[in-house]
Amino acid sequence: MSNTILHKANQRGHANHGWLNSFHTFSFGGYYNPQAMNFGALRVLNDDTVSGGMGFGRHPHDNMEIISIPLDGDLEHQDSMGNTAIIRKGDIQAMSAGTGIYHSEKNAHENQQVKFLQIWIYPNQKNVEPRYDQLTLNLNDRHNRLQQVLSPNKDDEGIWIYQNAWFHMGKFDKGVATNYTIKGGKNNGVYAFVLNGDISINQQQLNTRDGFGIWE
Amino acid sequence: MNEKVKILAVGRNQEILETVVRLINANDAWEGKGAVTDKEAVQAFDHEVFDLILLCNGISSDSEDNLRAYFLAHRPATKIIQHYGGGSGLLTAEIYEALAG
Repeated sequence: MSNTILHKANQRGHANHGWLNSFHTFSFGGYYNPQAMNFGALRVLNDDTVSGGMGFGRHPHDNMEIISIPLDGDLEHQDSMGNTAIIRKGDIQAMSAGTGIYHSEKNAHENQQVKFLQIWIYPNQKNVEPRYDQLTLNLNDRHNRLQQVLSPNKDDEGIWIYQNAWFHMGKFDKGVATNYTIKGGKNNGVYAFVLNGDISINQQQLNTRDGFGIWE
Repeated sequence: MNEKVKILAVGRNQEILETVVRLINANDAWEGKGAVTDKEAVQAFDHEVFDLILLCNGISSDSEDNLRAYFLAHRPATKIIQHYGGGSGLLTAEIYEALAG
């Protein structure tokens, strides 16, 4: 792997709307950085904190794979396909917006924050029928290993999306190392985002909320 | 006073298209119009010169090919991009990227 890109946490875009405090690894909303548009099909990596009782009101999307991963607190989801759900820490949610959907995501609680990752992936097919999925993950399965939480395959571990992409999550004790073999062929790379702590990937030191991409 | 950047958004979902156009027009430097059908898009294109055309949701491959061919045959310098996401957080950066390219 010869190419890398480092996105330091403190160099991300930032928007504080009061009810929403959001950090953008890639250009989003009013944050435009031509050097940080995407990493392959990964187009949005937002690190969001939403105040109690607040949230994103009903709004549309199309042609995008949208993944939400609560890190702390619970999200209340509603969409135009008739889905209503609570997504909790340890869950993962995916929507294929396809031909068009409307949805809302709000903090399920009045008196505590919800923190979550909002990740958008370009789809590999346009105008698919919209779909919604969520899954409760076994948090023990990521202790000192990379747990697959998303893939392109309906029958594989985790949820699936319309893209040749995989997500893994891991929680590692001090000193523990692991190897990751890139999936999906030689045109794929890997992008790591540190939720908490200090790690090293291929000699690159990374700290909380840093992002690091590697590709051939 | 500089002229506004004129943007035509083409998409099949009326409500999403209206959102996209509203977001475009929220920028004082941009002027957006929407077209739901290919016929509307061609009529708008024939009526005025757009700096950028956004192809939004629900457009079939055949329609996209036909629209691109028509636009480029009549004004080869026309910038045409696929808009992803439905008028959401990507729109501004997509437009900046297209205009800079």
